[in-house]
Amino acid sequence: MIELRGVHKSFGPLQVLRGLDLFVDEGRSFAVMGPSGSGKSVLLKHVIGLLRPDSGRVLVAGNSVPDLGRDELRELRREMGYLFQFGALINWLTVFENIALPLRETTDLPEDEIAGRVRRVLRQVHLEGAEDRYPSQISGGMQKRVGLARALVTEPRVILYDEPEAGLDPGMSQSVSELMRELQGEFGITSLIVTHSQLCARIAADRLGIFDQGVILVEGTPAEVLASDHPRVREFLGSRRE
Amino acid sequence: MRDPFTRLGSTLVTPTVRQAGFGVWLSGRTLALLPHLWRRRRSLLDQMYLAGVKSVHVVAFVAFFIGMIVALQIGLKLAEYGQQDSIGMLVAISMAREMAPFVTAVVLAASVASAMAAELGTMKVQDELTALEVMSIDAVSYLVLPRVLAMTLMAPILTAVADVVGIVGGGVIAVTQLQLDFPAYLLSVDEALRDPGLLGLPQDLYAGLIKSVVFGFMIAVVGCGSGMMAEKGAAGVARTTREAVRTSIILIIIFNYFLSWLLVA
Ligand SMILES: Nc1ncnc2c1ncn2[C@@H]1O[C@H](COP(=O)(O)OP(=O)(O)OP(=O)(O)O)[C@@H](O)[C@H]1O
Ligand SMILES: [Mg+2]
Repeated sequence: MIELRGVHKSFGPLQVLRGLDLFVDEGRSFAVMGPSGSGKSVLLKHVIGLLRPDSGRVLVAGNSVPDLGRDELRELRREMGYLFQFGALINWLTVFENIALPLRETTDLPEDEIAGRVRRVLRQVHLEGAEDRYPSQISGGMQKRVGLARALVTEPRVILYDEPEAGLDPGMSQSVSELMRELQGEFGITSLIVTHSQLCARIAADRLGIFDQGVILVEGTPAEVLASDHPRVREFLGSRRE
Repeated sequence: MRDPFTRLGSTLVTPTVRQAGFGVWLSGRTLALLPHLWRRRRSLLDQMYLAGVKSVHVVAFVAFFIGMIVALQIGLKLAEYGQQDSIGMLVAISMAREMAPFVTAVVLAASVASAMAAELGTMKVQDELTALEVMSIDAVSYLVLPRVLAMTLMAPILTAVADVVGIVGGGVIAVTQLQLDFPAYLLSVDEALRDPGLLGLPQDLYAGLIKSVVFGFMIAVVGCGSGMMAEKGAAGVARTTREAVRTSIILIIIFNYFLSWLLVA
């Protein structure tokens, strides 16, 4: 479903991706862990066509993302949800309006159908009752969950998560991870998850890759990888055993 | 490797050319999206309220003083030659042709364009513009079109307010400093604005209003465009806001010259 082959990306002298290979099967979930500032968000942005690789291939559902035209990219993005690292909610819209936005803007669904869908995803992210608040009136963790609700409301086949657990308390982090697992199980959603949390990787991911210096160093099931004795992996995970 | 001139050129010229190019593209794109107007009517009204209602008192205040200044400067000179009767005419013409559209545009640049740049800049920095892109929502249609159109519609309305208030301001000086009575002043104003142009509006008024339409459009495009090009970080938003005000004021002055030239000719 998602395939990256030999992807290189530099910003000026800064080499962020250096021949990255990554593969996520349809209906599976893949977590990526790696040091801060190493390029994990950059990796996600390639998958949804916000950045173009300098070289290498990026395929989603058989489409070569960098080669898609405007309209084809639109079509593909319709099937994808993206959870931004900081929520990226529109600040003058209420929680309800933020979640309804993609439906109102890109579908012809009637308003009552939209309201029904919005309320359903609000329930899924445990935010019933927050409909009428503005992003500035809710906590960072809640904004994050609204962002997730907005990504879910269009019923995508692929979801890219940029640190879904960040800013959430441990209980909420676990429940969001479980929700991600559920979405994958129930609706067969393919997910690519960037996370700093071993717990999130354990709960939500089928496979885990450790990303460092532009490539995936080690890949396997979360249990295998978290127990790996690769020196860089131990160095990275060592201080953050959970 | 690169010589200092190339370096200077690429730090000074390249961003300017890029911004100018983006501004031209954004203008064209906004016009091309005019058919989306009906869908954006709610935002359009919100933005008209923000651009218009919230700056009308500043525009009026500034225009009143400008009217007084013009009357004072020209009136005292005219009085030396015993010509103070025509003060109304001169105030009216200078307000209508130059001063009202100009001061209105400057007030709008300082208040509304800066706000647009800050607002869209913050959205850019916080990934909200990227989020719109990912959701396949056209930021130009969703954000820029209502803002640009609101300014294009409100600028001439505010300019008309500035015309009236400025002429009244001139009248205050005519009465208090030049010993004219108000009806005589108005008669002189009326004389200036008598020759009708298109749509039955006086020609001078009409020229000023055309200018203000162009200014309004331009200020909003600069405000939105700067915001969309903001660079990461809070410093990026601050710089973008400053640049939006500076660029729009410079453009107002340059365009003012060419429009005056076009409209007089
Ligand atoms: N559009 C861009 N232009 C220039 N440099 C960029 C751009 N996007 C990212 N970078 C740089 O690429 C590097 C990786 O950034 P990225 O945001 O992907 O890190 P990350 O792994 O997601 O970090 P974090 O865990 O803190 O979110 C950073 O040094 C960043 O400054
Ligand atoms: Mg990141």
